[in-house]
Amino acid sequence: MAKIDIGPPHYKDMLPPVIKENYGKWRYHEIPRPGVLKHVSENGAALYSVRVGSPRLISIDFVRELCDLADKYCDGYLRFTSRNNVEFLVGDESKVEPLLAELEEKGLPVGGTGASISNIVHTQGWVHCHTPATDASGIVKAVMDDLYEYFGSMKLPARLRIGLACCLNMCGAAHCSDIAIVGVHRTPPRIDHEKVQKGTEIPSLVASCPTGAIRPNPKTKSVVVNEDKCMYCGNCYTMSPGMEILDAENDGCAILVGGKTSNARSVPSFSRMVIPFLPNNAPRWPEVTQAVRNIVEVWANNARQGERMGEWIERIGWEKFFDLAGLPFSEKLIDDYIFSRETFRTAATFKYSKN
Amino acid sequence: MTDKKTPLLDELEKGPWPSFVTEMKKAAEKSPAAADLLLQLEKSYRDRKGYWKHGGIVGVRGYGGGVIGRYTDLPEEFPNLTEFHTMRINQPAGWFYNTDALRTICDIWEKHGSGLTNFHGSTGDIIMLGMQTEHLQPAFDDFSEAGFDLGGSGSDLRTPSCCVGPARCEYACYDTLDACHNITNTFQDEIHRPMWPYKFKIKFSGCANDCTASIARSDCSVIGTWRDSLRIDQDAVKEYVANGLNIQERVCDKCPTSALKFNPETKELTVNAEDCSRCMHCINVMPKAIQPGKEKGASILIGGKSTIVLSAFMSWVIVPFMKMESENDYEEFKDLLNRIWDWWDEHGKTRERIGETIYRLGMSKFLREVGLPAVPQMVFRPRANPYVFWPQDEIKK
Repeated sequence: MAKIDIGPPHYKDMLPPVIKENYGKWRYHEIPRPGVLKHVSENGAALYSVRVGSPRLISIDFVRELCDLADKYCDGYLRFTSRNNVEFLVGDESKVEPLLAELEEKGLPVGGTGASISNIVHTQGWVHCHTPATDASGIVKAVMDDLYEYFGSMKLPARLRIGLACCLNMCGAAHCSDIAIVGVHRTPPRIDHEKVQKGTEIPSLVASCPTGAIRPNPKTKSVVVNEDKCMYCGNCYTMSPGMEILDAENDGCAILVGGKTSNARSVPSFSRMVIPFLPNNAPRWPEVTQAVRNIVEVWANNARQGERMGEWIERIGWEKFFDLAGLPFSEKLIDDYIFSRETFRTAATFKYSKN
Repeated sequence: MTDKKTPLLDELEKGPWPSFVTEMKKAAEKSPAAADLLLQLEKSYRDRKGYWKHGGIVGVRGYGGGVIGRYTDLPEEFPNLTEFHTMRINQPAGWFYNTDALRTICDIWEKHGSGLTNFHGSTGDIIMLGMQTEHLQPAFDDFSEAGFDLGGSGSDLRTPSCCVGPARCEYACYDTLDACHNITNTFQDEIHRPMWPYKFKIKFSGCANDCTASIARSDCSVIGTWRDSLRIDQDAVKEYVANGLNIQERVCDKCPTSALKFNPETKELTVNAEDCSRCMHCINVMPKAIQPGKEKGASILIGGKSTIVLSAFMSWVIVPFMKMESENDYEEFKDLLNRIWDWWDEHGKTRERIGETIYRLGMSKFLREVGLPAVPQMVFRPRANPYVFWPQDEIKK
């Protein structure tokens, strides 16, 4: 029988010599060109990291291609970032340019450093998830195609982090991103009583509803939903396949903006909803890509150097943001769930706006 | 390769960003399951909905998690997706690889699965996407033989992950890779055999830039910091001035606590260490001139999670400063985790994350019962209401 509980391979076996020798001794870094980081150690050694965007859903052929490149230019070492980028770790400066040339030839994008858009963190979507309100990989591909120029350059006011979650479970944890694209349902679950009766613990299903909209129905040995209370979160569907929540006609995406996780300057913040719904217009989601581009460009044209999306909006005020972005405001954007009050303006100071 | 057409997905092979559809087509040439996946996805694109059933219980011997069952809703139309499970493989700390290891993973996956993967999933694992039940055990045996192990799934400790840390970052205030590797190995049972109310995630970030997004994405965030003063190299400051950096505007004016003073005459930058809240902004702008302090460690925060159910939470501070050193085997941190898990195990409801349990029962109860002293660093500001739950032993009877 195979050994169990051996834990992951030791990271020390995965480090290139230049990193082993300078582990913990890095002194500073520069970005000599977009997509290339140069780290210099106390003793003067330099490491060049060449950052490449990947589609996240990749074949083993792609991985083997990465290995070939790493063998050729990086003594057989590479790493991945927390945003699904690949980093080639080049210890020999003379190999940086040839690597960049081969990456360009292969059509692999180099970028994602400094004041750029990095790869979009995202979920599985229709490819492999059972609760998605939208696809993930397809929207990401369409948005990254559209914003491609901002991946390989550093001309934005600050870094731009986009996250996509294909339902409110938010496996992609998009909720603290500069821009979050979130799959949303808009209709209550349709109950398949047979499925609920067959394989569902009714008390757990009832308890799963955050608004108490689900009640047991002893007569049918199933449940009933108070549709007025339902906010379409889909948590019940996670508990029971009998609570069918997918609705092709009404599912789509919401856009939230202004979140970040870094503590630099201002504290980490949640993304806030600015567009409650856009349709699932596959295969390229033109409404979503257009909305994202608009928000990126309004920020790029108005923010000060170094200002993240949320820092800029907080400085000018959200009411001004809606004006500048040309986005309509509606009651759908005012929180009516349990932590809503802290978002209400408890002050007589605000700016006037067209909305 | 199939002769059936995928006109909608083909649209996603256009444009400059690398295409996942191209990747799926490459896999489809070798794997009938990947070929069916392409066709099922095309149907999803046409019908605008997903076609996967709820997961069933599948696994490998000796483990309670690490494999997620996945079955198509349309087995007659896509027979090769009748079983299409995910296996999570625990990544090496910092997501570093040598190509031998990567090629080994590819070979095993070519033999047992669809040939499609994610490097990596949101929690940090290598995701092996799509395999039949009968292949689970042989695939695991091969992975184990090659030195790889399963990650977490279900109501267990999910695979911890960490930032690049001291392997390549001058900001790292503790050894995130060593901490992640050490702690992952200590808690193998917790990762592999679900026994808790719900999932529990740990992420290790070396500084307050938080490159693993630990504050948003983990129940326990370990964020590197220091407790003395950041260090300033005045010669390097002068170099930045000579190169045209407006230090007053780009650095001092952006300091959230106004802790930095720049003297334009002497071109010297000074810090009032007591005022500094260690946000990393000045270091980010001037890495050659400013470094974290010398007395380094980490802040421990708890409760981060995404939207379902009570709303998204960001982790909050429960230990302002803790030494994170391999010499003592991270005992203090591990001891704290065990106390927290015991408490959560006793009080948490099914599918309730630790942050939600604390929120429901109160921070004061949590702090008292896991033995943490209340300190002002835990809150932005104290309570505005007078509703204190007074302990009975402080009341005259």
